[in-house]
Amino acid sequence: MKNTGRLLTVILIGYLVFIFIFIFTPIITSIIFSFNSDRFPTIPLGSFTLKWYELIYNDPDVWEAAKNSLIVSVSVGILSTIIGFCTAYTDFRYEFRFKNMYLALALLPPTVPLIILALAMLAWFSKIGVSGQLWTIVLAHTVLCAPFAMAVIRLRLQQMDADLESAAWNLGASEWLAMKEVVIPFALPSIVSAMCLTMAVSFDEFAVAWFVSGLNKTIPVMILEILQGNIDPQINAIGTFVFFTSMTLVIIAQLFFTFRSPKATL
Amino acid sequence: MKTGAQKGLDGYALTWRLPVIFWQLFFFVGPLLFTIAMTFFLVKNYRMTEAFEMKNWVKMMGKGYFWDSYFLTVGLASLSTVTATCLAFPAAYTLAFKVSDNARRWAVFFLIIPFFTSYLVRTFSWYVILAESGVINNMLSWIGFGPYTMLNTKFGTMVGYMTLTLPLVVILQTLSLANVDRRLIEAAQNLGANGIWTIVKVIIPSAKVGLIIGAVFCFILSFGDFVAPYYLGGSKPPTLPIMIIDTTKSGQQWPRAAVVAVVMMVTLMVVAFASIKFAYRKK
Repeated sequence: MKNTGRLLTVILIGYLVFIFIFIFTPIITSIIFSFNSDRFPTIPLGSFTLKWYELIYNDPDVWEAAKNSLIVSVSVGILSTIIGFCTAYTDFRYEFRFKNMYLALALLPPTVPLIILALAMLAWFSKIGVSGQLWTIVLAHTVLCAPFAMAVIRLRLQQMDADLESAAWNLGASEWLAMKEVVIPFALPSIVSAMCLTMAVSFDEFAVAWFVSGLNKTIPVMILEILQGNIDPQINAIGTFVFFTSMTLVIIAQLFFTFRSPKATL
Repeated sequence: MKTGAQKGLDGYALTWRLPVIFWQLFFFVGPLLFTIAMTFFLVKNYRMTEAFEMKNWVKMMGKGYFWDSYFLTVGLASLSTVTATCLAFPAAYTLAFKVSDNARRWAVFFLIIPFFTSYLVRTFSWYVILAESGVINNMLSWIGFGPYTMLNTKFGTMVGYMTLTLPLVVILQTLSLANVDRRLIEAAQNLGANGIWTIVKVIIPSAKVGLIIGAVFCFILSFGDFVAPYYLGGSKPPTLPIMIIDTTKSGQQWPRAAVVAVVMMVTLMVVAFASIKFAYRKK
């Protein structure tokens, strides 16, 4: 009985490892093949090369796309974190009629398929005459990213004693001053975390960006267009670069999010 | 005690409350409502004109290929949901009950990583791995098997869907299983239930809501994804998301693409509401 139990556990752990291998195979393959010389990547591997990196390094289109991606993701990070903070604070502090509807409005966008949002936003932005600009992508991505920022910051505010703010008021601080001196400093780690996460989400998004960007390609849109052509190992090099950029952002986000400070109480 | 927390609407309260309302009404609800309106517009000489006609609906609903696409997409997304739920469950069960808290935290962290790596690049990797002369077929040929055609098949599409959905489904299942009251499980075992019986009669019913939420997200993601069916599944016949792209990008037929989008939205709402109803159903 004991032995069958142990055997079962071993089988289950083996299965878990298999699932992780499945999930990480494409990521690792892409990194390995980015250093592989063959035009059609397969095994056995060809020789080690940096030529795909040289190719993208010398391609002005890649630099242009990288610049666009940087502008978009930083703007989206800032805007959606501001909106997310406002929403999280409202949810934390206020009770009001229709609050459920308010929260639904704030949190629903990630449940709508991107392809539908892409079409909807393309049509709407043409209608109001702002389509095809780089900052159109910013408007669209902020819709998608604000809920993530809200969720991250809300979790942090949860750890704050509501009386902390009241104490500041009782000591004579105005609501604005209490916000500046108490709430924002307390939420700061989650604000940094939310900014990194939303930047990473925006940095990888391709469907909406592809539809609304016009001629201003971001990196993922560029990858999509290369994919529509032939097999091109440049994708692995660009992908590896994107992977390490996103990973850096996610790890910073994680570090700040798990930032341990004593639960603030009175 | 929330002194001052219930004060009425002043400038301070509005400052925090309004931004998201403004932004989501203008850039989220607006576009979606406009899409519904657009299904009634007409296209004349490659230009969209505002109108209120049923033409696009009649045209799309009357086409056999639209319904082929529709049932294909629903079928693929359902298959993906069942596959992901079944593949994820043993993994989530292991993470919830068989490993230490610390190992579980690390596992969840690693499962989050794929969300932030380009889905396109991962799909391209699978393309290279699954190709006729790709990694898997080359390995199989060393031991005298293959080659097998895996690209441009439903199998290819499923691999793509799993790449997209499996990490999320495992996370959601793990979280819901980890929250099952351990005393219930012990009670079942003390009453003589064996492992499988405990899972079927105690663990799954207690974690039902989380398991269903995982499945719903899987369905939504697969249903709306164009990358897997296009690049790994061969896109013949096209799924609804591919149809939206083709109709929008090549034909300037935005109103017809909008019809497809609205049909997709309605389908997803029905699926989501039915599942939530099922999840919270009292026995």
